[in-house]
Amino acid sequence: MSKRILIDPVTRIEGHAKISIFLDDAGNVSDAEFHVVEFRGFEKFCEGRPLGEMPGITPRICGICPVSHLLASARAGDAILAVKVPPAADKLRRLMNLGQIIQSHALSFFHLSAPDFLLGWETPQAQRNVFGLAAANPDVARAGIRLRQFGQEVIEILGGKKIHPSWAVPGGVRSPLKSEGREKICGWLPEAYSTTKHALNLFKTILQGHQRETQVFGNFPSLFMGLVALDGSWEHHGGNLRFKDSNGNIIADQLDPQKYFEVIAESVKKDSYLKSPYYKPLGVPDGMYRVGPLARLNICERMGVPQADEELKHFKGLGRGAVTSSFLYHYARLIEILAAVEFIELYMDDNELLSDHLRADAGINELRGVGASEAPRGTLFHDYTVDRDGILKKVNLIIATGQNNLAMNRTVAQIAKHYVHGPEISEAMLNRIEHGIRCYDPCLSCSTHAIGQMPLQVRLIAPGGKVVREMTRG
Amino acid sequence: MAAKTLTINGKQISAEEGATILQAAEEAGVKIPTLCHLDGVYDVGACRLCLVEVTGVPKLLPACTTKVSEGMEIKTDSEQLQKYRRLTLELLFAERNHVCAVCVANGHCELQTLAYSQGMDHVRYDYCFPKWGVDNTHRLFGMDHNRCILCTRCVRVCWHIEGAGTKNVAGRGSKAKIITDLNMPWGESGSCTNCGKCVQSCPTGALFYKGSTVAEMERDRSRLEFIVTAREKKLWVASD
Ligand code: SF4
Ligand code: SF4
Ligand code: FES
Repeated sequence: MSKRILIDPVTRIEGHAKISIFLDDAGNVSDAEFHVVEFRGFEKFCEGRPLGEMPGITPRICGICPVSHLLASARAGDAILAVKVPPAADKLRRLMNLGQIIQSHALSFFHLSAPDFLLGWETPQAQRNVFGLAAANPDVARAGIRLRQFGQEVIEILGGKKIHPSWAVPGGVRSPLKSEGREKICGWLPEAYSTTKHALNLFKTILQGHQRETQVFGNFPSLFMGLVALDGSWEHHGGNLRFKDSNGNIIADQLDPQKYFEVIAESVKKDSYLKSPYYKPLGVPDGMYRVGPLARLNICERMGVPQADEELKHFKGLGRGAVTSSFLYHYARLIEILAAVEFIELYMDDNELLSDHLRADAGINELRGVGASEAPRGTLFHDYTVDRDGILKKVNLIIATGQNNLAMNRTVAQIAKHYVHGPEISEAMLNRIEHGIRCYDPCLSCSTHAIGQMPLQVRLIAPGGKVVREMTRG
Repeated sequence: MAAKTLTINGKQISAEEGATILQAAEEAGVKIPTLCHLDGVYDVGACRLCLVEVTGVPKLLPACTTKVSEGMEIKTDSEQLQKYRRLTLELLFAERNHVCAVCVANGHCELQTLAYSQGMDHVRYDYCFPKWGVDNTHRLFGMDHNRCILCTRCVRVCWHIEGAGTKNVAGRGSKAKIITDLNMPWGESGSCTNCGKCVQSCPTGALFYKGSTVAEMERDRSRLEFIVTAREKKLWVASD
């Protein structure tokens, strides 16, 4: 008889999740799956609302990455107004996105993930968290908390409050950077550099002792997708889509995000509220792709700023063609923080950010518009269809965690196969599986925004594929 | 004009004959909460927030439509009145769909401000969650019926100050609704002069400038006041 082991909920991931592990007759893992059970009907909820409100409504999807939804929503609005936003507004939005990348990545690395690899897999869950880290390694914990604070302050200086700022609007933004704000940001830069570099060194040291994790924490071929600039360098707000395979070949390039649906299809799995997008031309499973920091660094040729470019070289050396281990999401995250700090520094010398020409004005000129932006966790698409009066008729949101869903399943299966033998499960093993998921920094509340109450289904599947037991709720 | 003497909350005051209790209180520096009242247009006593107690009168009276009389003893802030005000506010919130966090008027809304000031921290009634739509057909303005409290300020400024007579109330009870002309989309109204006075007058996020995002809808009441002063006093001056 197959036996199913449930880890529920995965601690320290925003939202709730379930993992099922399937054992075969011999007690070995045959497969594993990561389920999402949280549900928020945002897409339906937005229908009937005026376009102008969307950048104010959609950030409510998620308390962790409101800025990403804000920016993607404003971009979808730009497309519907069919305007080019004033240059100052574009730069200001980028500045806010950089702040968001820093704060979110710092949270993921220092608060959520570092306790695992700094304190060790054997540490009980009660201590394997940021408080445990603060006790064992107060300097790292404190610096990490402050780095996150820096990112949040950039957002707050622009948007007025830490979370849910309705600052970006279709056509631009509502207010510029003020010189006091600029001074404040400048004041943070030296510390941000030093914390990031320290963390990079720390991670490279950790990596030496974590060869096995690098091998089995989601190390498999897949496609990688994200936005790149026209010249192929790292992009986070603007640019076009690129797909690369694990050999490092560009298989599709400079695709207009407005037409994402020509290359991305979504499969809704029966046992999950999460939509699992894949690269259409290759289908499932070959079209599985990863998004987020690992993907962005894989697909780009350069970061575009010197210090991060140095790191990128080292990073690229860790793979042949592409870097395929999801354990290296952590490394990619730190490199992105460094790049973000460098880009912020560049912006500090740019007086255009103080301009008050910030908003392009227009009526409804297109009935469908897509806003794509790189959220910390990966490419975020807001796809809106409106009527001629600008009332939302249809909303489709494609979120990073959804896009990584297929890869997360693979990761859980890979780790489970490696560490689980027989029905005995150790705490350390559970910790490793959790960490496999955490590499992707999934944010589950926003990934399950689509409406449609599905019964919760628990299935036990025998080696032959026969369902030996099925439990349905709801 | 003859003056009347009366007391408000025990304080002796005098007021002009024909003045409303609301006006008298204001003169005397006593604040009475209001929602449907708007300086410059006639009062209709629609919202019942300004209810006061008058000694010897068994029911509560709206301050905005009740005239002062000699020897009146008025109470504006008794425990009973506070209770009723909260109740009225809660009913207003329960009746339609008010999601302040994502409302264009968030932070600049008279209903929200009143709810805060009256200590309304929750609603004891079940929300009705009616399905009202948004009329976004006008070139400049939008109307979200979900947030309308039927105070009729927009109707009154439209008829009384602009003289266009575009806005009206149709239906009764919970089906009552603000309409334009003969219940047609606002954008198709032949009488609307696009003056925007209704948008300026609305206490909530029901009327807004098209394209407004969350918390962006700030109104400038001084523009209405300017017009009212010009009409009533023949003075083209901005009030201070
Ligand atoms: S109209 Fe006022 S009370 Fe109603 S949702 Fe908007 S802010 Fe809140
Ligand atoms: S639209 Fe505004 S002003 Fe008009 S009745 Fe409704 S709440 Fe009052
Ligand atoms: S202000 Fe008097 S009833 Fe509304």
